[in-house]
Amino acid sequence: MPQFLKDLIDAATAPIPYTVLTTLLLGAVLYFRKILTHPVVFTAVSVLITLFFVLAFKDPNFNKIITKPDNVPILILIATILFFTWLSLRRAVLNDERTKRGEPTLEGELSKKKVFTWPDLVFTEFICMLLFTALLMVWSIEIQAPIEEAASQARTPNPSKAPWYFLGLQEMLVYFDPWIAGVLLPSFIVVGLMAIPYLDVNPKGNGYYTFEERPFAISFFMVGFLLLWVSLVIMGTFLRGPNWSFFGPFEYWDPHKLEPMVSINLSEYFWVKALGKYLPANPIVREIPGLLMLGAYFVVVPVICAKTIFKKMLAEMGMVRFYIFMHLLLWTALVPMKMVLRWTINLKYIVGIPEWFLNV
Amino acid sequence: MDKILSYITGSQIWKSIFRHGYPDTPRNRTLAVLSNVVLHLHPVKVRRSGIRLSYTWCMGGLTFFLFLIETITGLLLMFYYRPTAELALQDIVALREHVPIGVMREVHRWSAHLMVITVWLHMYRVFLTGSYKPPREFNWNVGVILLVITLLLSFTGYLLPWDQLAVWAITVGTNMARATPFIGHEGPGAALVGFGGLQMVHAGDDVRFGLLAGRFVGEGALLRFYVLHCLGFPLVAASLMALHFWRVRKDGGISGPL
Repeated sequence: MPQFLKDLIDAATAPIPYTVLTTLLLGAVLYFRKILTHPVVFTAVSVLITLFFVLAFKDPNFNKIITKPDNVPILILIATILFFTWLSLRRAVLNDERTKRGEPTLEGELSKKKVFTWPDLVFTEFICMLLFTALLMVWSIEIQAPIEEAASQARTPNPSKAPWYFLGLQEMLVYFDPWIAGVLLPSFIVVGLMAIPYLDVNPKGNGYYTFEERPFAISFFMVGFLLLWVSLVIMGTFLRGPNWSFFGPFEYWDPHKLEPMVSINLSEYFWVKALGKYLPANPIVREIPGLLMLGAYFVVVPVICAKTIFKKMLAEMGMVRFYIFMHLLLWTALVPMKMVLRWTINLKYIVGIPEWFLNV
Repeated sequence: MDKILSYITGSQIWKSIFRHGYPDTPRNRTLAVLSNVVLHLHPVKVRRSGIRLSYTWCMGGLTFFLFLIETITGLLLMFYYRPTAELALQDIVALREHVPIGVMREVHRWSAHLMVITVWLHMYRVFLTGSYKPPREFNWNVGVILLVITLLLSFTGYLLPWDQLAVWAITVGTNMARATPFIGHEGPGAALVGFGGLQMVHAGDDVRFGLLAGRFVGEGALLRFYVLHCLGFPLVAASLMALHFWRVRKDGGISGPL
């Protein structure tokens, strides 16, 4: 693989381009789903991605991070997520076209007929089990499970990473205090997931693939699952190196890579940089700009949304459902906003009152 | 040959186990599902749409299958593994070096990783087909808890090899517990819990200490994680799975258009 291509990919996987590109990609896939989910397009993209991995495999830095035994599942995750996202959107596009023509969905047509569990379902299950047993045996014989040196409290590895499925949460620790990143956000994720069936009052799209009958629900879930969870897992695995610094996939993991830590609070931006004064001693006065901003974000924005873009939603959902949903939505949106603010203007805290653990 | 076969299938022993003939008639196919404790998780007949691989992706079924693999390989591993700080790593190395067919740890580890992925994809599929909508709201909730338990199973198992990778991953993962509001010693509100000058929540007496049985990831944590991994979480997972599968049936089988 030519060097300029490697440099280009390293540059594209820096935090800001990575976020912009993945967001644009998801938006494009959802908006141009009719063209982009065409089997020919999908096959071409799959071939290109495979070709990329084959070519990049020889690069020593890329090879080192890809062939780590515990990183193999992430490759499987990437492949399966891409495939199943395509499959579901393809089925949705076909179903939406059928609905427009006044025909029943693919599932609707098939569901008219019932078949015997034996043999139709039992054999599918049996073949799946056989294939997976074979896959697991080959994988287990080919790739040994990792064993590192004996545990020691005295030597901390650099980087120290949580198991891969928690890397999205570990990433949050960069932007939020531990009690928000490690306790509040995971609780919101679990509670938010459990609330989904009670918040989504749209009766359509139950039991078949569709996009047009529930565009907002599917888009929001894909943003949460693909951009804020899977994509952060991939970022934490492949792009976060020693000292939790960012490294491109072709970059050497240099533990001495210098990243200036110059992040400052909003209060300093306001009082010192904008007004040219000292920081006020009283924490409330000091943090008034951030408090006002957050207050407006969590209190005023839902009301404005209820009166404007989400008017219909409020009418369908009712007060209680709507405001619970808005609260979860705003927290979901706060995560990428905080990340981007950190990367662009080095913002540390919007509200920083360490005296009361109120750092957001 | 036919004679031997008919002798076997006609014997009292065979008939006491299988109460129907070869399942190639509607009657025998019905009986095959109804009279088998494993198969009767399924209804006798299913909607054609619900069993297409392109619809279900088989991810729920595979998750259950991987759970069974984890149970079997985990049981085999327990014969060789002693959860103490001196012996754990040594036993893990011995699993590869001295135990015949020494790939059980590999099968266990890779299946565990795979199970996390299949659970996520199962949730993804259930969301995209709107299968959480009424009447399946409650079962979606059971599923979310099962997802969390799958992650906890994997997380507790991550510590058991007792090497640098294991200990530091668990250190990173459990460090967040010290910031839990009120019950973690570095969390908001912890300073408020106490009488007069007596601090109730401190490094030796908070939720992280309870989780790790110590102030750092040491031998106490190893034993706790071992018990939770081998007994605690599997029991909870198995009970919830029973509920999950039962509710799939009660809520109308694999979802499909109403």
